Amino acid sequence: MINASAEAIAAQEFDSVVAVHRAQIFRFLLASTRDVDLAETLTQDCFLKAHRNWSSFRGESSALTWLMRIAINLQKDHWRNRRLQFWRQTRTNAVDLDEASDWLPSGERTAEQRMLAKEQVAHVWVAVESLSERQRTVFLLRFVEELDLKEISHVTGMGEGTVKAHLSRALARVRKELGEKK
Amino acid sequence: MNRPDDNLKLARGEDGLAMEPELREAIGNFKSSVEAWSDSALSRPRKAEAPARANLGLITKWALGSAVFVATVSGGVYQNHRQQEFAKAEAARTAQQQRELASQRAQEEADLMAKVDSDISREVPSALEPLASLMEENQGTGN
Repeated sequence: MINASAEAIAAQEFDSVVAVHRAQIFRFLLASTRDVDLAETLTQDCFLKAHRNWSSFRGESSALTWLMRIAINLQKDHWRNRRLQFWRQTRTNAVDLDEASDWLPSGERTAEQRMLAKEQVAHVWVAVESLSERQRTVFLLRFVEELDLKEISHVTGMGEGTVKAHLSRALARVRKELGEKK
Repeated sequence: MNRPDDNLKLARGEDGLAMEPELREAIGNFKSSVEAWSDSALSRPRKAEAPARANLGLITKWALGSAVFVATVSGGVYQNHRQQEFAKAEAARTAQQQRELASQRAQEEADLMAKVDSDISREVPSALEPLASLMEENQGTGN
């Protein structure tokens, strides 16, 4: 009876974790892959894996950093498997950079402001695309998910100094890309 | 109106990384763009997904391609092997013919030489043979 109630509480806790963090995990994976279907699949896999290991989650880190770490590992595994399965058709649903830049929030902006914003977003996408996998991950975690250096260090397993160095190089790349458009 | 980088809740220099206004604005727009895309993708109606299965068409193409490749390569190798065998047999046959021909010539020469020897070794030329036989007859009768 006590066991059943503990399980029910754990399930309820996990449901609330999914409800709170699903959108963020999906967004990070979407930004990393530019592929809606793949991001959905990896998000599902992430929560499935988290559910299986929920009992071992001790709460030493936040649920978000724990989930992000799982998501990053799943993404790495996906690309590694993809490289090994070279005979598979390299079909990907990743949208191109122009299409990714089309998305802008429908705020109170003039047409000119929207055009400028779209152009800026396109340049940032170009820069992000040219980053190494680690730099891209660090950049997205910092500037899209707004994790701080310590959290990024925890999620990626890199030291804070390394995270900062990757971030600095990523910013330099974005800056250069924005400078080149002028 | 909200500033484009209002969405980017980063204090300037928080990470010790200086960010000029244009960079902040661009990254803020980028973040907003990703959020808008993600929200839209999450709220879209889900497609019914077919169960993942192997791409049979692709596997068939690979299998056929491999079969054609193997057949072409093994056909070429077999053809080459056949040609080599044929060439060897042909060379052996030619050598045998040459040996037989040489042997035949040698035999003919030997026969010819034997005939010449036989002709030379005759004591009497053939034109005088009747006279010689007459002399032998006379010796036999004691005349």
